[in-house]
Amino acid sequence: MAKPTERIYRHRLGTRIWHWVNAVAIVVLLMSGAMIFNAHPRLYWGQYGANFDRAWLEIGADARGGYLHLGDRRFDTDGVLGRWRASDGSVRTNAFPGWATIPSGYNLALARRWHFTFALVLAFGLLLFQVASLFNRHIQKDFALRRGEIAPASLWRDAVAHLRLRFHDPDNPGAFNTLQKLSYITVVFILIPLMIFTGLTLSPGMDAAWPWMLDLFGGRQSARSIHFIAAALILLFILVHLVLVLLDRPLDGLRGMITGWSRR
Amino acid sequence: MIVTRRKLIGGLAAGGLLGGCDRLGESPPFRKILFSAEQAHRFLQRALTDRMALAREYRSDQMSPVFRTNGTNNPGTPDYQAHVDTGFTNWRLQVDGLVARPLALPLAELRSMPTRVQITRHDCVEGWSAIGKWHGVPLKLLLDLAGLRPSARYIVFHCADRIGGAPYYESLDLVDAFHPQTILAWGMNDRLLSVGHGAPVRLRVERQLGYKHAKYVMRLEAVDDLRRAGRGKGGFWEDVADYEWYAGI
Repeated sequence: MAKPTERIYRHRLGTRIWHWVNAVAIVVLLMSGAMIFNAHPRLYWGQYGANFDRAWLEIGADARGGYLHLGDRRFDTDGVLGRWRASDGSVRTNAFPGWATIPSGYNLALARRWHFTFALVLAFGLLLFQVASLFNRHIQKDFALRRGEIAPASLWRDAVAHLRLRFHDPDNPGAFNTLQKLSYITVVFILIPLMIFTGLTLSPGMDAAWPWMLDLFGGRQSARSIHFIAAALILLFILVHLVLVLLDRPLDGLRGMITGWSRR
Repeated sequence: MIVTRRKLIGGLAAGGLLGGCDRLGESPPFRKILFSAEQAHRFLQRALTDRMALAREYRSDQMSPVFRTNGTNNPGTPDYQAHVDTGFTNWRLQVDGLVARPLALPLAELRSMPTRVQITRHDCVEGWSAIGKWHGVPLKLLLDLAGLRPSARYIVFHCADRIGGAPYYESLDLVDAFHPQTILAWGMNDRLLSVGHGAPVRLRVERQLGYKHAKYVMRLEAVDDLRRAGRGKGGFWEDVADYEWYAGI
């Protein structure tokens, strides 16, 4: 049994609630977003873009099987993207496979219902978390980079420490390390807001109300492309985040994010 | 023991989570929550932004080189074909329902009314966009001509095309019906509207998605309640596939 002195209060209640609510929202948004992408699995740059215009990314299927086109390059993705076998054994030719989408069978209308419900959870959850974290000084105390922290030598030291699976400063085990701070800042203050605003730019009603979004992102189809790229980066963050949790005493980390308390 | 638990968790994560979302998407109470987001978005948009804000209008050099058609490309009924063959000279736009003066307007009369020309972006619910130029009569002028009764709350657009046997229709509330860019377009890209794009007239409602832009409009009906039109959800795609009635999202 750990002594009380060896335990550390890592996460406040608000942070823990936001973390889990946001985790559910982001998974639902990624999967319902994949279904929405399936309705028109082509991405463009600019104000307009449809079947006769040049797509910079396309997922599809032809006689050779499923493919992903990136510019002029073709990647064979048969079995995973473009053409895949559904759980009932039938062969489908949608972009993302059923195990990656909500709902699992093609249904744009229902995917949109899921997406717009959890978009509200994501957006207002983030707003609450940001405001609360400013007032309880979570941002200033834990996110803010200290002087010299992003100097190349310091970043190098932190990267090497990560490779040695040393994630905590022994003198201050409750603090985030530099790469952790940078990735959280990127997600909380850049990627998720980017998702929200590029998502709003896809709404013709919001484009009329806030036309500066069209200028900011270079058009609705550019916003759609950026929405997709930012989603891919968030997925990458989640994967790295999960790997690091698994490498750094996963049960202890899980306990910390549920009860707030973890071992030193 | 540990392996069993892992298998259990793995099974829950893979089959359970996904199957769970599909089941949730079919459960009536949960659908009620999912479907209420449409009202939340409409309320937030209408409450926080300018209701009369205009959709972006583009320059002619920003237009799509090819504007694809979508939905029905030709109603193909004998009645419609007869109108095509006679250049819609015998066609009349019916305006009725909760109006003081029901109208039956020939196409030539619509074309002689004040025309709004706008180069706007058409956003399909599937995700693509195309920019085209539309020429048409503001819907407000027609509604003022007919004189809406105070009880009128929605305008229903009855169309000539049928999909799977069901007639296409759409509807708007009065905020969008009276919006300055809401027009009944009889022309596109400096030509008369083609059959593929909805001749003789189609609705343009520039702050909503493509399926609201009813093609082959035959009749406008002012109503106080959408429940009596079609299967009651205010539009063809709303009825058959649960798309949002408010398509400004």
